[in-house]
Amino acid sequence: MTEQFGPHPAYSQGERLQTGVAPDKLVKTHCCFCGQQCGIQLKVKDNSVIGFEPWEDFPFNRGMLCPKGVKRYLQGSHPDRLLHAYERDVNSEGGFRAVEYDRAIARVAAEIQRLQAAHGKDSFGVITGASLTTEKAYLMGKFARVCLQTANIDYNGRLCMVSAAAGNKKAFGIDRAANPWSDMLKSEVVWISGANVGECAPITTDYVWQAREFGAKIIVVDPRITPIARTCDLFLPIKPGRDVALFNGILHLMIENDWLDHEFIESHTVGFEAVAEHVHEWTPRQTAQVTGISERAIRQAAEWWGEARSSFLMHARGIEHHSHGVQNVLGAINMVLASGRIGREGCGYATITGQANGQGGREHGQKCDQLPGARDISNPEHREYIAKVWGVSADEIPAAGVDCYEMFRRIDRGEIRGLLSICFNPKVSLPDNKFITRCLEKLEFYVAIDFFLNETAQHADVVLPGSLQEEDEGVVTQIEGRVIKINQAVDPPGDARQDWRIIQDIARSLRRERGFTFTEPREIFDELRIASKGGIADYSGITYEKIEKQGGVFWPCTSEDDRGTPRLFETASWNPIARGAGPFYFPDGKARFNVAPYTPPAEDVDDEYPLMLTTGRVVSQFLSGTQTRRIGPLVDQYPEPRIEMHPQLAEKLGIADGDFAKAETRRGDVTLRAMVVTTIRPDTIFIPYHWAGRKSVNQLTISAQDPISKIPEYKVCAVRVKKDE
Amino acid sequence: MRSALVRSASDQHARGVRTLLIMPVPDQNEFFIDPNRCIGCQACVQACSECDTHRGFSMIHLEYVDRAHSVQTVPVVCMHCDSPTCAEVCPADAIKKTADGVVQTARKPRCIACNNCVLACPFGVPKMKTEFKLMMKCDMCYDRTSEGLKPMCATVCPSQALFFGTREQIESLRPRSTATNRFQFGAQTITTKVNMMTPRSGRSEYIDVTAAMNERSTGKQISLNVLMEGMYQEDDNAD
Repeated sequence: MTEQFGPHPAYSQGERLQTGVAPDKLVKTHCCFCGQQCGIQLKVKDNSVIGFEPWEDFPFNRGMLCPKGVKRYLQGSHPDRLLHAYERDVNSEGGFRAVEYDRAIARVAAEIQRLQAAHGKDSFGVITGASLTTEKAYLMGKFARVCLQTANIDYNGRLCMVSAAAGNKKAFGIDRAANPWSDMLKSEVVWISGANVGECAPITTDYVWQAREFGAKIIVVDPRITPIARTCDLFLPIKPGRDVALFNGILHLMIENDWLDHEFIESHTVGFEAVAEHVHEWTPRQTAQVTGISERAIRQAAEWWGEARSSFLMHARGIEHHSHGVQNVLGAINMVLASGRIGREGCGYATITGQANGQGGREHGQKCDQLPGARDISNPEHREYIAKVWGVSADEIPAAGVDCYEMFRRIDRGEIRGLLSICFNPKVSLPDNKFITRCLEKLEFYVAIDFFLNETAQHADVVLPGSLQEEDEGVVTQIEGRVIKINQAVDPPGDARQDWRIIQDIARSLRRERGFTFTEPREIFDELRIASKGGIADYSGITYEKIEKQGGVFWPCTSEDDRGTPRLFETASWNPIARGAGPFYFPDGKARFNVAPYTPPAEDVDDEYPLMLTTGRVVSQFLSGTQTRRIGPLVDQYPEPRIEMHPQLAEKLGIADGDFAKAETRRGDVTLRAMVVTTIRPDTIFIPYHWAGRKSVNQLTISAQDPISKIPEYKVCAVRVKKDE
Repeated sequence: MRSALVRSASDQHARGVRTLLIMPVPDQNEFFIDPNRCIGCQACVQACSECDTHRGFSMIHLEYVDRAHSVQTVPVVCMHCDSPTCAEVCPADAIKKTADGVVQTARKPRCIACNNCVLACPFGVPKMKTEFKLMMKCDMCYDRTSEGLKPMCATVCPSQALFFGTREQIESLRPRSTATNRFQFGAQTITTKVNMMTPRSGRSEYIDVTAAMNERSTGKQISLNVLMEGMYQEDDNAD
């Protein structure tokens, strides 16, 4: 299978190496990888992307790119590219046999009909992804609810941004970065919790460093000294899974020293007293004992944070990937609200989204409990409005489904028997992934839409050849809440086609094509604008032309002459929930303090598994590696995962740098080379997660989930390590 | 001390400039390296290999200083010395500096692949491409800078550890640092076209590179003296 479908690392060759070749055109678009969505120009010749040219006029990154962006063009014209539809066939080379596209579509439709007739509508599930354009994400939600009429749809943003989203909605009533990154430059303190900025959001580094040049103090909280932590002003080496304890401890000191904005708390928030009462017990001593950070460092951080006149707090998966991820987020927001430093220039708060459309992909209905415009699927008024847009009755829209991990548990129990996946590689990316593999084998029918045969799709009965990002157009919403436009550079090769066409072909074959007859992404976007109108994530005033003219449009944007909303929560701002009562998205216009209790990780250390395992990314790879493990220069930069450990631990275990070591949890084990470095807590090991099979760290991770956001606890579980003899 | 060989190289250099079909790098823009900002992401290395004059090969060196103890990395591009040691030691007179101060890759017809330049360059810049029998090195993206573009590495660098712009820009953007272009290697003093940013507080006339080589890597270290039990310590654990 590997021989035929890869991953093979691609390198520059042929025309891509010739220096005299002039491109036919330069296409202004964005990188296909992370949530920053850097502007880039793709060099196109003969319907092939042959290179790139920086796009220095795009305001967010001004030409800057990380190594992934530089080499992203190598995913085009790739030897592993799926050029046909395939059917599983054990007798064929590679386990699959190429079939005619229409025949594959007909089989998919027949299997969906068969399963749904025999076992009910919900027996067919759909899993999607946050790297899809917003048009596709919107269409997938509509396809599941209207065409398949299944409640079972969820997406891989469940692995990514949902704790931040849930926390933001509880505290602010809206889920979006509150500020453009340019606000960071006017901040006196930049607080970064659980975010390996240098490797996971590299361009953000320039904003952080520039803020410091202008006088900001940088505080970084992380179990590892990441590149952004190396030269920060204060580094807090926190024990994994203890973030809310730190935030509560800081708020305790803010109250004790009266570093509070009483006027803001009084007029713009509710619930401060209960939170103040709760953090009373979080003395510096207790905070230090729980977090593993020294009292002195905690006091220093509190003083800088407390006395600042402006600040920007950012966090990412480091605090969110926990069985109490939402509480961690709420703890951080409490610190921000108590300071009153939000909704003004230089006073910011944001989560750093991980995926290309991490923001836009979570707003328009591919999430199990949500309808377009960030509407709630259980709210009768919201259902009524969307039903009208879709031309169905509200009763026909299924109720809320379950999160994607629970969907696999339903597969395990035989409740879901058929699955369609797009833009999601759960066999690599979900925790305890041996369980996921068993579930995939239980499916009666599985159809995967993708451009490469990723590890999950290897279990498919039918594979449909979808489109690369550069083969389609549409919008995505990047890290700051800025809606930007992906422009098509090349046409899909062979039988491959744009994902939204494939979905519509399935709908047609099911004879349920009403509402699925769009002829271009612009038409989908226009319907999405109407569907989002009046919702919190209101895109109704955004057009492709406005995006191009303004260098992106920050939502909400409610009318043609609305330029959009770069900064949320400005004092006099209007929103459809508060209707002028205040800047926050609640009927009284006030933000909510939320008591954020600390609970230990779901699986704490013990004698048997005495260490903590934490996982994350490296700069040269992205997510499950479907694309980046196929790009040669990126593979070479960091060829395989290593187990990062402190020399104190290594010495105790008799492991030297470069030795093979075995890391083992209650769920699985992995044997990799050790990387012995002083840049990690001695009680913690780190393994990056981009690899598959025997190198996949998600064999080890725990499927414990946050009760509210359902995010899995990737960032901490109990592990033991020994030298591999 | 400059040898006769070098003097003759300089004379030839003046003639060479007239014959090389080049547009000079706009002199208002300068190259600044700010290692303090480097995050080791290798965007510069990857982007360098996309440059049209040497596609497929990167001319940048990016190294960890001491990964066991720090994530600190240092990007090394050609410093474009006023008196390039590489050219001074070249027995074939293959290495030319153009009038704008850019030291070019060895000229193919002349280069004898002797490796003298690779061994002599105090910054360790030139690379011997044995497959071409040619020394290749960073030419500050001559194809780009001669057309008014920034070098590829400095354009993409996500942390702007590599910066290409005017002196006014760097002074307003980096008030904490100051630009230096004098380096001391033992008895040899080198001045360069490319500038190195150093902390303003420690401002010095020159950077003593040989002395710095014996320094330990800087930045934060985790020196928690705990393992498994007793996670908590009274004393400071981040220095």
